[in-house]
Amino acid sequence: MAGHKEVDAVTGVETTGHVWDGDLKELNKPLPKWWLYVLYATIVWSIGYWVVYPAWPLVDGYTRGMIGYSQRNEVTKDIVAAKEAQAKFVAAIAERTPAEIEKDSDLMEFVLRGGATQFGNNCAPCHGRGAQGFKGYPNLNDDDWLWGGSIEAIEQTIRNGIRSGHADSHESAMPRFGIDQILTPAQISDTAAFVLSLSGTSGDAAAIERGKVVFEEQCVACHGPEGKGTVEMGAPNLTDGIWLYGGQKADIEETIRTGRGGVMPAWAGKLDPVTIKMLAIYVHALGGGQ
Amino acid sequence: MTQMDPVSTFIHEEPSEAAPGVQRIDVDAVSSKERRSYYASRQRIYPKRARGTFRTIKWVVMAVTLGIYYLLPWIRWHRGPGLPDQAFLLDFANQRLFFGPIEIWPQELYFITGILIISALGLFLVTSLAGRMWCGYTCPQTVWTDLMIAVERFWQGDRNARIRLDQSPWTFDKIWKKTATHISWLLIGVATGGVLVFYFRDAPTLARELMTGEAPIVAYVFMGIFAISTYLLGGIAREQVCIYMCPWPRIQAAMFDQDSLLVSYRDYRGEPRGPHKKGQSWLNRGDCVDCKACVAVCPMGIDIRDGAQLECIQCALCIDACDDIMGKVGRPRGLIAYESFHNMEAPSEADRKPVRFVRPRTVLYSVLIALVLGIMGWAWVMRAPVEISVIEDRNPLFVKLSDGGIRNGYTLKILNKTHVEQRFSVRVEGIAGAEMAIVGQTHGERDVTVAADVVRALKIYVSVPRDVEAELSASSTPVRFVVTDATTGEEVIRDTAFRSPGR
Repeated sequence: MAGHKEVDAVTGVETTGHVWDGDLKELNKPLPKWWLYVLYATIVWSIGYWVVYPAWPLVDGYTRGMIGYSQRNEVTKDIVAAKEAQAKFVAAIAERTPAEIEKDSDLMEFVLRGGATQFGNNCAPCHGRGAQGFKGYPNLNDDDWLWGGSIEAIEQTIRNGIRSGHADSHESAMPRFGIDQILTPAQISDTAAFVLSLSGTSGDAAAIERGKVVFEEQCVACHGPEGKGTVEMGAPNLTDGIWLYGGQKADIEETIRTGRGGVMPAWAGKLDPVTIKMLAIYVHALGGGQ
Repeated sequence: MTQMDPVSTFIHEEPSEAAPGVQRIDVDAVSSKERRSYYASRQRIYPKRARGTFRTIKWVVMAVTLGIYYLLPWIRWHRGPGLPDQAFLLDFANQRLFFGPIEIWPQELYFITGILIISALGLFLVTSLAGRMWCGYTCPQTVWTDLMIAVERFWQGDRNARIRLDQSPWTFDKIWKKTATHISWLLIGVATGGVLVFYFRDAPTLARELMTGEAPIVAYVFMGIFAISTYLLGGIAREQVCIYMCPWPRIQAAMFDQDSLLVSYRDYRGEPRGPHKKGQSWLNRGDCVDCKACVAVCPMGIDIRDGAQLECIQCALCIDACDDIMGKVGRPRGLIAYESFHNMEAPSEADRKPVRFVRPRTVLYSVLIALVLGIMGWAWVMRAPVEISVIEDRNPLFVKLSDGGIRNGYTLKILNKTHVEQRFSVRVEGIAGAEMAIVGQTHGERDVTVAADVVRALKIYVSVPRDVEAELSASSTPVRFVVTDATTGEEVIRDTAFRSPGR
């Protein structure tokens, strides 16, 4: 402040002595001292934080603080607490059959929510966040199941996988009819036409007739005489509207030519039995369970 | 920075009479315009007791507002079994707000928004009519400060006695008086915080728990917070809260206009001020005898004769003080009075006119209040005891089934706000041949029960067969869920859409 005090003529209030733009002056509206002291007190208080809590980065780490607080420890504690809170549900899931679980609405709520989380963590990369699937990765919302759509069948599939190398894995392989020169390209084309006709898509009648002969020779062993598939072989039903690798004629020809054999890992050992059971019930409840 | 000796600013050597029988009080306005530095030390204010109309009104307002605050949680309201019987209860634990017959669910929190809007508009209206009525009479800060000052006066005496006590050395007398004051303040604080928690939990139950030490820890924490803040804000900080912490004094200036009634010193009548001697003529001088009674009673430490100012909470105690003096010197009362800017600036008595209460500003505020009240009233009357909401599955939008049909998933939530279990029948309309399945129900079962006071979420699948789907013209077909109350037959409808691959 300048030595002399200037008083604003209009208000009669002293100015701070600061001038902006040549003539803008600020009236002196003093801050209460206690307010200033509160500011100092908060600064002193903040020093307490440096002492008590982790604060300053060091070359090889950071200052840990007196009470050894760490967010990781907090999370660990939270997880332990959550696990304790979940214990009774987990025990119930381990003990009960899926049918019993479905009858208990509280338990079912826990299973569906937990199942959704586990699905997001483990299954979504291949099957999609909404279990909608992609080409080669089945949509789990629909009612078409390669290896069975009951809770028990789904649980078994999750546990042991498909062509996973696990001892109890689902195993089967569709031959590479084209690559291994079992069928000629013409025969493959005819067979594809016949397969399409199974689900009501019309085509060249002569080709379909020829394809039918090939189908009865080569395909019925797995897909059945009517093309409805067999769950034991994981052979899809060819008469329905769902195509894992595409339902256009070119897609089907490609499938016959190169064979198919999608792989799903065995989750036994990676996930505990309760989680697998929760996932099976969750997937079963997506709308297409049998 | 101006250095001031806090003692010398209050005590002058030669007290003089302002008028015969009227003592001139030794007091300076601590917030007067001459006393400013960058950082101001707080000057203790010793408000003198006022007597008169406005002081009486303030006592009554204090009794009523504190009475409401302390007694409201104890009023009972029977709502039926399983429900709280407290008339006024903010039941956060169960996510319900109870106000007598009104029960608000979290989904209806906009009613609270409406109440806040009405409160704000009401504040604007009152302020434009008669200034800071809220600040001067009903603000909790004012009411509790007033209470704390009354307690202080009870233990330590009125203004002069308190000044003397503060200047005296620490004698036994001073120690016990100060201790008694602070203990009383703390007890008021504890009572204030103690009552606050009753608004959040059944009062008789909580009172018993508090007695036996079994109350939830959060109850004690909030009691402590409010006890300390009542003690600090009402007992210690007082006018500092209004001047430095509260944003409202800054906003209020926008609400005043030429016709707002504000507590004002009628300078045209009072000036030139000066002591008046017995027998002296009142001609060619003002009515103000400069006794400073108005400054002495002011809880904000201002001199109302400086004109309208930020610090003034318009508690009107200076009116009481001045009216008392005017009566003693035989001049008309009302040298300090509720007065409009318009009349303050009137060049002569003839130019004064009655205050216009009906003017665009007040009409606008009133219309807005009526409008919001109307909307809220309408919303309240239309408030359905049963509400439904529908959430479409977004991922996947639709599922192709093995028979070539298309399936959509929905989450249907039914809110049963009644206090009895209700039975509803659910159906979907909009696509002939669409099939509906409710997860967890046996196939084809459309009736569901929803327990009292709960939201039930139903997972519903709607499937459209291949031949019907082939007829759908667009990838999104409007459908609606109809929930029928099984007893009354009343229907609640929500529109949504059925998604399909499209053509």
